[in-house]
Amino acid sequence: MAQEGQALSQASAPPARTVQLGQNAWAWIGVSPFFIFALMFLILPTLYLVIGAFQDAQGNFTLVNVAQLFTQASIRSAYWISIKISVASAVIGGLFGFALAYAAVIGGLPQWLRPTLMTFSGVASQFAGVPLAFAFLATLGRTGLVTTLLVMLFDFNIYSTGFNLLSFWGLTLTYLYFQIPLMILIITPALDGLRREWREASEILGASYWQYWRYVALPILWPAIVGTTLLLFANSFGAIATAYALTGSSLNIVTILLYAQIRGDVLHDQNLGYALALGMIVITGLSNGAYIWLRARSDRWQR
Amino acid sequence: MKQQKIGSWIAIIIGTLYFVVPLIGTFEFSLRMRRGEYSFDAYRVVFADPRFQATFGYSTLMALLTIAVGVLIVVPTSYWIQLRLPKLRPLVEFITLMPLVIPAIVIVFGYLRLYNTSSILPLTGSAHSTDLLLVFSYVALALPYMYRAVDTGMRAIDVRVLTEAAENLGARWPTILFRVILPNVRAAILSGAFLTFATVIGEFTMASLLNRPAFGPYLQLIGANRAYEPAALAVIAFLVTWACMGLINVVGHGKQIKAAP
Repeated sequence: MAQEGQALSQASAPPARTVQLGQNAWAWIGVSPFFIFALMFLILPTLYLVIGAFQDAQGNFTLVNVAQLFTQASIRSAYWISIKISVASAVIGGLFGFALAYAAVIGGLPQWLRPTLMTFSGVASQFAGVPLAFAFLATLGRTGLVTTLLVMLFDFNIYSTGFNLLSFWGLTLTYLYFQIPLMILIITPALDGLRREWREASEILGASYWQYWRYVALPILWPAIVGTTLLLFANSFGAIATAYALTGSSLNIVTILLYAQIRGDVLHDQNLGYALALGMIVITGLSNGAYIWLRARSDRWQR
Repeated sequence: MKQQKIGSWIAIIIGTLYFVVPLIGTFEFSLRMRRGEYSFDAYRVVFADPRFQATFGYSTLMALLTIAVGVLIVVPTSYWIQLRLPKLRPLVEFITLMPLVIPAIVIVFGYLRLYNTSSILPLTGSAHSTDLLLVFSYVALALPYMYRAVDTGMRAIDVRVLTEAAENLGARWPTILFRVILPNVRAAILSGAFLTFATVIGEFTMASLLNRPAFGPYLQLIGANRAYEPAALAVIAFLVTWACMGLINVVGHGKQIKAAP
């Protein structure tokens, strides 16, 4: 991910010196499998759904499907719960991931902590899906280790407080297990980019630590922080396996609704299903687009 | 400064608790199968389950095919972009980011409509062609990681000099690509491969919706029906992920210094 910005800046590499017709033909043949693949397995399938979202069952153009996303109560509530969980897990994951990255990079802790944190984040950010749900069930489920320990040691049952792992906060807490590491992995290079000279310059000019952060560090870091938080949002918005394994179909989030629609047309309208998918693409597309834009902004300071 | 250090320690301690306690909890739970004492019974049951062996084997095979197809698609693309078609770079990078933007469940939904039995290309028609579709879906899923890994490796070597040297010695394109370039970006390809493996091995959405007997849907099934085996499976899955990431560090170690900008 960190290479994106550089990649864009190096887009205008020096042109080939010996442009011969035969050689460029080889080049085009060489990249053609990639473009055929992209067309067949990324672009056309997406396009099919997008077009279908604007058609009725007879194939005529219509906006009814898209309008129904806002009017049908079950669909609207599914989007709403998904958005709430994604916002909660992105904001909490973003803040806490930033705090951990800050602690490891700038916090003055022992040297070995940083590589340990980075390696663990690499693993934990990949440890998602069904096994993650199992891990949290074994820990915070009704007979999980933490639940039983709290009852044994403090006679305190977290389930008596209304907590439920198979709920909004339960799922958010579980998602944080891959959200926080992802934040750490992406924000650490940005923290590394804070030059010591800036800090020293502000100190010489009499700025307090707080002023340094308020007027120097944060204005440089905010695009990276906000951008990565948006990436986390999209990341949890499109997730399904963890939620499905954790809650079955009891929690009505949009990915689970779409899963049921693909399996058995629960909306009783194929084209409404396409509109459901379109809505997801728009939401993840906007947040990822904003991430890429903000990323390009923050990379200006990294060179 | 003192305060800052205390704050850092607090963050690290809370973080460590949050990340380590579920691992301990899962491991402890996986040992509880025999009443009254800890045992590895859950693991024994899991490893003896023929469906575990079949689905894990199937997913491993799919992962290996995904890596092979992914390398064949990504390496030539990255090479030619670097050498002759730099103008295509923004487009290629945009495409490789698409799988991060479009949720997996949406992509597979598109496949099911586009390649169903009544379409021009009925890939979901037979088991083998669906396997093929699953491999392509995994290639798409892993594309961002694979491309980034290979492209970073490709930038770290001087593609132009290597190519011209090989040309002067009379090598033809396939030779250059497979016997000169490929060995030089081997570490990058391997780290892309391990990342792909970690992504694909327990993947649920694609395999489940394409109805293939993969490890992810098996995990889900066990989770819905058993008590202690899921915890054992989670421990196994965590170890597999850890192994993949560890191997990336091992193969990437020599190249890391060179790859840094």
